[in-house]
Amino acid sequence: MSGFDDSLLNEADETVRVRFVVNGRKVACEVAPRDTLVDCLRDKLELTGTHAGCEMGACGACLVQLDGRAVHSCLIFAVQADGGRIDTIEGLSESGLLADLQAEFHRRNALQCGFCTPGMLINAHELLSQTAQPSREDIRDALSGNYCRCTGYEAIVDAIDAVAKAHGENGGAT
Amino acid sequence: MDLGETAVKAKAFSYFRAATIDQALDAHARAGDDARFIAGGQSLVPALSLRLQAPRLLIDITHIGELRGVRREGDALRIGALTRHCEMLSEPLIAEFAPLLHAAAPFVAHPAIRNRGTFGGSVALADPASEFPAMTLALDAEIEIAGLSGRRRVKADDFFIDLFETALEPGELITAVYVPLFRADQRFAFDELARRRGDYALVGCGMLATCTGERIDDIRISFFSVGNTPTRVKGVEATLIGARLDAERIAAAQGALEGDLAPPEGDEVPPSMRLHLARVLLGRLLGRLGEGA
Ligand SMILES: Cc1cc2nc3c(=O)[nH]c(=O)nc-3n(C[C@H](O)[C@H](O)[C@H](O)COP(=O)(O)OP(=O)(O)OC[C@H]3O[C@@H](n4cnc5c(N)ncnc54)[C@H](O)[C@@H]3O)c2cc1C
Ligand code: FES
Ligand code: FES
Repeated sequence: MSGFDDSLLNEADETVRVRFVVNGRKVACEVAPRDTLVDCLRDKLELTGTHAGCEMGACGACLVQLDGRAVHSCLIFAVQADGGRIDTIEGLSESGLLADLQAEFHRRNALQCGFCTPGMLINAHELLSQTAQPSREDIRDALSGNYCRCTGYEAIVDAIDAVAKAHGENGGAT
Repeated sequence: MDLGETAVKAKAFSYFRAATIDQALDAHARAGDDARFIAGGQSLVPALSLRLQAPRLLIDITHIGELRGVRREGDALRIGALTRHCEMLSEPLIAEFAPLLHAAAPFVAHPAIRNRGTFGGSVALADPASEFPAMTLALDAEIEIAGLSGRRRVKADDFFIDLFETALEPGELITAVYVPLFRADQRFAFDELARRRGDYALVGCGMLATCTGERIDDIRISFFSVGNTPTRVKGVEATLIGARLDAERIAAAQGALEGDLAPPEGDEVPPSMRLHLARVLLGRLLGRLGEGA
């Protein structure tokens, strides 16, 4: 009753079938155990809104939501997420809060090349979902793992701050 | 394709999702110990991607129910190995009965990493720059370990042996950490000095004192980012027992620090600077402890 089959050891690069609910849609795909979730999303599912930067957890470009929480898709193998619910920037854009953040980023030039933007938005979304009135310090803290090589961060913090305040005034409604 | 030194793709491995502790231990043994357990993966996945490690088998332990959950057991809090860093912030039992861990948690990495990283993984890895392993020393915690030959418990004082080396034998699993319940006659303090929030600390420290009024009956002080392992400063502790925390006593404790810490040479931060920062931090934290923080 070990549940472990020795033959598995000789099948290191054989693909396995995984199933997720991605942006509300059931999908199945074949992955090798060593394929990261970001590679699976971009290459297999053609969802290229999620970016791959450092691929070692340092830059935050690859953030997605797994079962409702922001995670680095470069720090998860796709097989680990089997059975999970994944929301990427493509799917989250439908929601009110994320759409508001996008509009505010646009208005305040909080993006230039846009490489960091999906990760910034996913993190900002999580922060605002958990903290009704974050201070600028809280915002900087939440973004401490997200690199931006273009904007100098100030406009990004401004945009998130503005959305937080607007939502605060509307009684937190999205 | 030769990815050379810039490799960010792991070598091929097989993947097994264990449903029970026994399955995980058995799988490890059957792979001839050429295997790794994966919990949050927030340290292991980068190590695999950079090909610093290349096991044949990855054993996913995150679906093992027994490794989950936080609960009281007698006069200890049992913190399951799979407790995520973010739960250290959100779980009321931690805030009430292990407030030192609650205070340390915001300093561990970034929010998204805290959503995945686990307490057991952090303790097992024993990174000398990590917050939680050092706090198990300050808390006089016990680490519960499961192996093919059964279960045992190891005191934190005996767990950390050398750089990334612990009392864990190959193929053994941390199941939980037991922390004595925080009491009304205790005080704690935690802080770290880092270049940026979320970065690993240049120096960090946490402490837990048992007091009668203003007098310290017992105190445990643990530093991280000061050497090969998290480090208790027993010489400093000895200067504080039976004392009240006035300016003179704090200065004496700071003076004793040099005897307890020997930060390594050859780092980007010179040993003298690390020692200086440790003294500053110790002074601050003892000051807060004296104020009843
Ligand atoms: C960008 C970045 C910044 C970070 N900053 C910090 C920081 O400031 N402070 C900090 O403390 N950490 C930091 N971390 C590391 C993070 O906290 C990890 O989550 C933690 O060190 C390991 O936990 P894990 O669950 O992810 O372990 P994994 O990565 O899954 O495993 C780590 C090791 O422990 C072993 N292991 C895991 N669980 C067990 C178990 N139950 N029993 C036996 N062995 C086990 C694995 O086999 C592996 O060897 C950072 C990580 C990243 C990517
Ligand atoms: S690509 Fe994942 S953090 Fe940089
Ligand atoms: S807009 Fe270019 S990296 Fe942020």
